[in-house]
Amino acid sequence: MSLITPLNRVLGLGTAAGATQHWWAQRLTAVALVPLGLWFAVSLAAMNDYSHAAMAAWIGNPISGALLVATTLSVIYHSWLGVQVVVEDYVHTGGLKVSVLVLSTFAHVLGAIAGVFAILQVALGTP
Amino acid sequence: MAQFRLPPNSRVRRGRNFGGAEGATAARKFEIYRYEPGSGENPRVDSYSVDMDDCGPMVLDVLIKIKDEVDPSLTFRRSCREGICGSCSMNVDGTNALACIKPVEEVRGVVRIYPLPSMPVVKDLVTDLTNFYAQYASIKPWLEARTPPPPDRERLQSKEDQEKIDEPSACILCACCSTSCPSYWWNPERYLGPAALLQAWRWIVDSRDETTGERLDALEDPFRLYRCHTILNCTAACPKDLNPGRAIAEIKKLMAERQH
Repeated sequence: MSLITPLNRVLGLGTAAGATQHWWAQRLTAVALVPLGLWFAVSLAAMNDYSHAAMAAWIGNPISGALLVATTLSVIYHSWLGVQVVVEDYVHTGGLKVSVLVLSTFAHVLGAIAGVFAILQVALGTP
Repeated sequence: MAQFRLPPNSRVRRGRNFGGAEGATAARKFEIYRYEPGSGENPRVDSYSVDMDDCGPMVLDVLIKIKDEVDPSLTFRRSCREGICGSCSMNVDGTNALACIKPVEEVRGVVRIYPLPSMPVVKDLVTDLTNFYAQYASIKPWLEARTPPPPDRERLQSKEDQEKIDEPSACILCACCSTSCPSYWWNPERYLGPAALLQAWRWIVDSRDETTGERLDALEDPFRLYRCHTILNCTAACPKDLNPGRAIAEIKKLMAERQH
């Protein structure tokens, strides 16, 4: 039996700042992904030539290239925030929770870099 | 790691069948969760039959009749029997409700009665609400102001401002909302839960309170407030028809508003 008062346990380590920015960023990326996702799906569906050359030309177009980078970054940022929330919800073992969060961060940052790099590579014409 | 079944000593077994209500015209069957942690026995579900022609219409009437006439060991909290004290909150037919204002008629088939979900059981339908009350205490449910009240009267408030606290003040802290919230089930130590947050909102929106900023600061936390994922079981569960889900959304709006 613990001698710590229930109120003391509830107050715990106090509040951690930055929670509102996290929430706001998650909402912002969600809102951004509505038009970006629509644009991405409609663009792909409207295309009648899926050859390498046609795709490279589409990605090389400054507008679609820029929007592709925006979509990639929004998806990955949104996913990073979302995965963090899910892990905090369900994983309660201290060490495991931190490890998963670190791995998720690495994976998402790497994913963002790889995604943007790939788009640029195609867009700027290096094979 | 992940545990997919309840621990062996928590698995619910089929209990005794008390029958009763033989030859009744309006017999209903009730299955009630029974558990006594100190006994070393597993929880069990006992079944009872009650003649509704010889019993009041509410679930609490049935429980009292069973306790009086069939099984005095059946344990539950009750007091006002009119939905204002919040003592007899429990899970009836899969939804949290106040037994005293939950008509048996609303339930089809067997009426299954369990304690509030996810809370430690003291005995049968009585749960330990220590943490729930401590969470309520943590939001400082009292008026804080540096300006002293006028010497000759109470602190004044416009009618519109008063109306803002009408609804959240009607909360009776029965815990139906918090214990119906999956996010509260997973993180009851760190997420304050809808009931405490509705009360936090009640003091944030009170025009006489001068600590709105401090109150928001105390909620600026990924767990205390932001574990709410807008599931809205809270609002569906509230037996007083209050809207904790909206109150939490309003708090989040204020949080965002003061950032920009």
